[in-house]
Amino acid sequence: MIYTERFKAPQSLSGKEFSYCPGCHHGIVHRLIAEVIDELDIQGKTIMVAPVGCAVFANDFFELDGTIAAHGRAPAVATGIKRARPENVVFTYQGDGDLAAIGTAEIIHAANRGEKITTIFINNAIYGMTGGQMAPTTLLGMKTTTTPYGRSEKNEGYPLRVSEILKEIRGVAFLSRTKVTTPQDVIRTKKQIKKAFLAQIEGLGYGLVEVLSTCPTNWGLTPIESMQWLEENMVKEFPIGVFVDKVDKVK
Amino acid sequence: MDKQKFIVSIDEDRCKGCSLCIEVCPKEVLEFSKKYNEKGYHYAKVSKIENCIGCGFCYQMCPDVCISVKVLEKIKS
Amino acid sequence: MEKVLARGTEAIAEAAIRAGCRLYFGYPITPQSELTEYMARRMPEVGGVFLQGESEVAVVNMVYGAAIAGKRVMTSTSSPGFSLMQEGISYIAGAELPCVFVNVVRGGPGLGDIQPAQSDYFQATKGGGHGDYRLIVFSPESLQEAVELTMYAFDVADRYRNPVLLLTDGLLGQMMEPVSFPEFVDLDSLPDHSSWALSGTGMRREAHRVSSFDMDPVSLEKKNMLIQSKYKEVVKNEILYEEYQLDDAEIVIVAYGTMGRIVKSVVNQAREKGIKVGVFRPISLWPFPYVQLSKWSDQASFFFTVEMSTGQFVEDVKIAVEGKRPVEYYGRTAGIIPTPNEIFAKLMELI
Repeated sequence: MIYTERFKAPQSLSGKEFSYCPGCHHGIVHRLIAEVIDELDIQGKTIMVAPVGCAVFANDFFELDGTIAAHGRAPAVATGIKRARPENVVFTYQGDGDLAAIGTAEIIHAANRGEKITTIFINNAIYGMTGGQMAPTTLLGMKTTTTPYGRSEKNEGYPLRVSEILKEIRGVAFLSRTKVTTPQDVIRTKKQIKKAFLAQIEGLGYGLVEVLSTCPTNWGLTPIESMQWLEENMVKEFPIGVFVDKVDKVK
Repeated sequence: MDKQKFIVSIDEDRCKGCSLCIEVCPKEVLEFSKKYNEKGYHYAKVSKIENCIGCGFCYQMCPDVCISVKVLEKIKS
Repeated sequence: MEKVLARGTEAIAEAAIRAGCRLYFGYPITPQSELTEYMARRMPEVGGVFLQGESEVAVVNMVYGAAIAGKRVMTSTSSPGFSLMQEGISYIAGAELPCVFVNVVRGGPGLGDIQPAQSDYFQATKGGGHGDYRLIVFSPESLQEAVELTMYAFDVADRYRNPVLLLTDGLLGQMMEPVSFPEFVDLDSLPDHSSWALSGTGMRREAHRVSSFDMDPVSLEKKNMLIQSKYKEVVKNEILYEEYQLDDAEIVIVAYGTMGRIVKSVVNQAREKGIKVGVFRPISLWPFPYVQLSKWSDQASFFFTVEMSTGQFVEDVKIAVEGKRPVEYYGRTAGIIPTPNEIFAKLMELI
């Protein structure tokens, strides 16, 4: 009888400590991406494009070649890398400010070209790195430092549902919205991330997984309260589901 | 005495005390330490390993990859 | 070598392909769309990649991506498009990525017009984006020179891991001239970027993490100083200029690009009248040939700068001359090209 590892840190992580706040879901999603890369045995050929935002340091946490794009431009940078090296696996990691505000054009067109890249999109309804300002995905009534009286549809418009927009785009081969507030969610999210990578590996097109995530620090809640808040509020505005899955059809 | 079935290891210094692992454990294996780690957090620690069922929920929810779970298995021939 | 009749923009595109460029990202804008269109036709023929981006903002970041993958890449645009690319150029310079830009300058500011101009000189040579960085800038006077500089630009970009700009205008871009193209560069002989480029670790080496980001000011300053020492090498090695009939010149006309070509006919006109005038034509605008130009202040009574802008290039001429001699200026703006007669008249006025 010997002890064997059942759950241990994936090797595609560098081992460096994450810079995120306690309870922040970035770390869970990082680990899932690394696990998927390990399982697909693509660590040696995967290239990461980090964003501007809290995940600006993300390259350091993965044992992968990587760069940091200008704010919102990760899909364009990833396009350049993938077109130059089609044999590689390329993914972007972006937050809601990066992807859904300043980088809206880049994400729509990368998806529309059916670019063979994968995007992991963290939606926590707020700007974390800059200290809690309104994001395009901030909920109505939600207070942020730039919506101190709560987001109003009259002034700031409605929360932007990126996945609902992207699902109409024909270049998309896998698209889902998920969350990681329970272990079951985490396991499902990992399966979806794997499919989003398979979408590019199998040459089917663009893959994106939107992960509803917490920002305890800027929401002003404990990590546990944040998860409850996410379940009670964000899931209503941003329903969980698989919007596009061409990967399954192939199999 | 039977050998303990599971080993849950927590990297105390890496832990930020977010408590997601403690909250999610179905068998209350984990608890906050009364001590602080070098970052100043009450880290999570294993208190009742005998209750552990090796589900790995703590590992799944840990945002800082602090936890590993080992299981006692027969040596494959 | 055999000469073929080529249009400016297309000659530049073909030169890039012969230099081993197999990735082109672009966005249509007058007066350079023919370059983009040429690449759309030509890249598939040579097994390369052509992609029309959704904006110049996207395009410059695609260039960033291809360059960081260690491949020869270029884009071309015209003034408003080049303004949009500035953010990306700053990131490219900060991450030290080799690539080539072409700006076929048109009249500005703003939407301006689509006629030839030289009014993007400041933007090109003084840094259009943020931060301490430099673009290496070459400006050709003819299509043959444009072809040679385009090919050379890729070598210089690789040598210094820095973006290089070919600054030209619609006059050259739309011009048709006989050109002889050098042979295709052997793709296997291109510089090896495997020590830093992103290609996947192959599980054989440490990860390459390349970006312009560094949160530690001490370490960022160190990196910036290393880039500056690289620029010192550029200044030492990459200055290009032409001297035309300067040996006995008492008046030095200073002009670059297409204007540098036009003023040569003014020299010929003046010399017929016995006026001893010559041309100093910087080919590299950064690094600017300050010392080489300054030398003529011993001999010349004054310098006469001619440019297609309200007076940008003239500032570098003044820096070179350091007040030792008067620096006169004549220029037109908004896409109007000064004629030789007009320039000659102004010259006579100054005498």
